[in-house]
Amino acid sequence: MIKARVTVTLKNGVLDPQGKAIEGALGALGFEGLGHVRQGKVFDLELQTADKAKAEADLKDMCEKLLANTVIENYTIALA
Amino acid sequence: MKAAVVQLPGLNRDRDMIAALTKIGGKAPVTVWQTETEIPDSVDLIVIPGGFSYGDYLRCGAIAARMPVMQAIKAKAEAGVKVLGVCNGFQILLEAGLLPGALMRNASLKFVCKEIKLEVANAETDFTRAYSQGQILRCPVAHHDGNFFADAETLARIEGNGQVVFRYAEGTNPNGSLNDIAGVINEKGNVLGMMPHPENLIEAAHGGSDGRGLFASALEVIAA
Repeated sequence: MIKARVTVTLKNGVLDPQGKAIEGALGALGFEGLGHVRQGKVFDLELQTADKAKAEADLKDMCEKLLANTVIENYTIALA
Repeated sequence: MKAAVVQLPGLNRDRDMIAALTKIGGKAPVTVWQTETEIPDSVDLIVIPGGFSYGDYLRCGAIAARMPVMQAIKAKAEAGVKVLGVCNGFQILLEAGLLPGALMRNASLKFVCKEIKLEVANAETDFTRAYSQGQILRCPVAHHDGNFFADAETLARIEGNGQVVFRYAEGTNPNGSLNDIAGVINEKGNVLGMMPHPENLIEAAHGGSDGRGLFASALEVIAA
């Protein structure tokens, strides 16, 4: 079995209202010197295969078809 | 003419949509469940209503857009059948790739449920012929993710093509949408998505009937 982590983040230039709110809340907690905050999603997946190349190809397909909306989001894939 | 209303778990405006289509079109639409792989050939207008399909999990409309019925809708849209998506229906059409752009969380981060002013930015579509160009309508909105976004190139293209059909007017943009965009149509002109709910303003009991023109347009063209 292969374990993988997919991280989905908003593309540069896409407004992130939730990130802005988090940024404001961290500021309100007194954290100083804070720049921009952007939020995203993390998916941990298990794949029933030992073939890393196939796993990577499948994960890319999953990202393109469902996990990310490529109009607004980027994704990265990391195998454990 | 025959209309179809799509039903998916979590959509909750289907009854309002069926009522509007029945009252304005004179007969009840057929309903199509998410697992159906074919839509009857007699259907000339497919409507995806609003709600919270699949609990808005992952992204609004993301899961619904991958259900079997969407393949059937895509095929019908390619064949020229009219498709209307309202609110969550708009989100689903975007996620399915039938319309350009994306809908993000409202800039205020708040769910908005109120009446806004809507400008008819293109009155020459099959969905807006009953209105005049630039006409200002009253229309209710109720959503959490209606903040329209598209990259600069896409935005310039849809603006240039007249694909922006509705805009929030008179400073009533409730969600931070780029260019006050409230509704967009595909290049071919047969797939329209919009955030406001015209089905909820069709008769005196609603306090107004500004939404009727949209259904009258779609249904009259079909009847002609």
